[in-house]
Amino acid sequence: MFLHADNLTVERGARPVISALSFTAKAGEALLLVGPNGAGKTTLIRTLAGFIRPSSGAVALKGDSGDRDVAQCCHYVGHLTGVKANLTVTQNLAFWGAYLAEDASGRDRLASRVEDALETFGLSRLSDFPAGLLSAGQKRRLGLARLCVATRPIWLLDEPTVSLDTASTELLSRLIKTHVSGGGIVIAATHLPLGLDEPTVLRLGANPASSGPEARA
Amino acid sequence: MTGFLTLLKRDLALAAREGAALGTALGFYLVVVAMLPLGLGPDLKLLSRIAPGVLWIALLLAALLSLPRMLEADHEDGSLEVMVTAPLPLELAIAAKALAHWISTGIPLTLMAPVLGLMLNLDIALTPMLVATMLVGTPAISFLGSIGAALTLKSRRGGLLLALLVLPLYIPTLIFGISAIGFASLGQDGASASLLILTAISLASIAAGPFAAAAAVRLQMS
Repeated sequence: MFLHADNLTVERGARPVISALSFTAKAGEALLLVGPNGAGKTTLIRTLAGFIRPSSGAVALKGDSGDRDVAQCCHYVGHLTGVKANLTVTQNLAFWGAYLAEDASGRDRLASRVEDALETFGLSRLSDFPAGLLSAGQKRRLGLARLCVATRPIWLLDEPTVSLDTASTELLSRLIKTHVSGGGIVIAATHLPLGLDEPTVLRLGANPASSGPEARA
Repeated sequence: MTGFLTLLKRDLALAAREGAALGTALGFYLVVVAMLPLGLGPDLKLLSRIAPGVLWIALLLAALLSLPRMLEADHEDGSLEVMVTAPLPLELAIAAKALAHWISTGIPLTLMAPVLGLMLNLDIALTPMLVATMLVGTPAISFLGSIGAALTLKSRRGGLLLALLVLPLYIPTLIFGISAIGFASLGQDGASASLLILTAISLASIAAGPFAAAAAVRLQMS
């Protein structure tokens, strides 16, 4: 499976944020989107997830994905965590596990997978806590734990390390490495190198109209 | 289908836990209906004549109060973005949310109506028809309301705008709800026809509302 963006141009408010961008992310590859604020990292991730329609060009998924589009194959982790303040930590994660499961096999042993994910993210001690009482970093960890309870080949992560401490950032980069080595695709907008060995870096320019984004392997 | 039930269960659990939305709707319904006789004077004949209309209009307004929260809460915490990328189509997700709204708001309001009917001297014999019209009519409130909730997702303080958008859509429901009760009170045939049209309106909104609302949500996401 690989994700291919072809000649992508995205406009926000009649201003081109991304112009004529082409790149390919293969299975087993981590693609880091870097660039200054306003370079279009979030715009690109939201376009890949299908929230924003590009004004020209297309995003396509090729290989063994059947006729599914990127949105149906991806985990989207944006600036918001998708955590309900009035549910407990376990209930939050169990809901996403059941809701994002594609078939009955995805729901097998959901409870134990939720437990494992909480353990991984160091939240088991808080499992019966209302999620509204968590700190910003703990909420972010709970949001990221979604990646572990439902299997999706593509991870689209928009600034996933915001409000995470050093240990959690390392944990996230370990998870990304595991996912990539298992044949997944990770596309992450980030300011940190995330400690990945050989990530592909896609540099987005602050002013795409004049310089144009430069892709670098 | 499991995703649909999962979401329905979560929304009902949240509605039960938050409670405020239902409390506000029921309280508003009670206060509006209780104030009316104070404004109109204690003319029992007049009250019993206008009771069905008052109960229906106050119910529409009370249900309207809790509509903005149907999608807004999920939009604010990012859940809606995740739902757009979930295996369950967004249309069905919105249908589940509208159904949860109906169960947690429409049904309690309907059950409260006969009690409030007593305060307005509503003919007891008409109570079953009142409850029947509300029970088959209120799904339209939730499912048409989901369109308004989706359209006003990003507008701050969208509640008033939502009322302007959605209330006109409730006119057919109101007309046929009242006419069924009217026919029943005169002892004429035609009540069942009105009731059937009311059911048809609800079924049409259940079928069409989620599609329109999902399109509006996708528009708001970009």
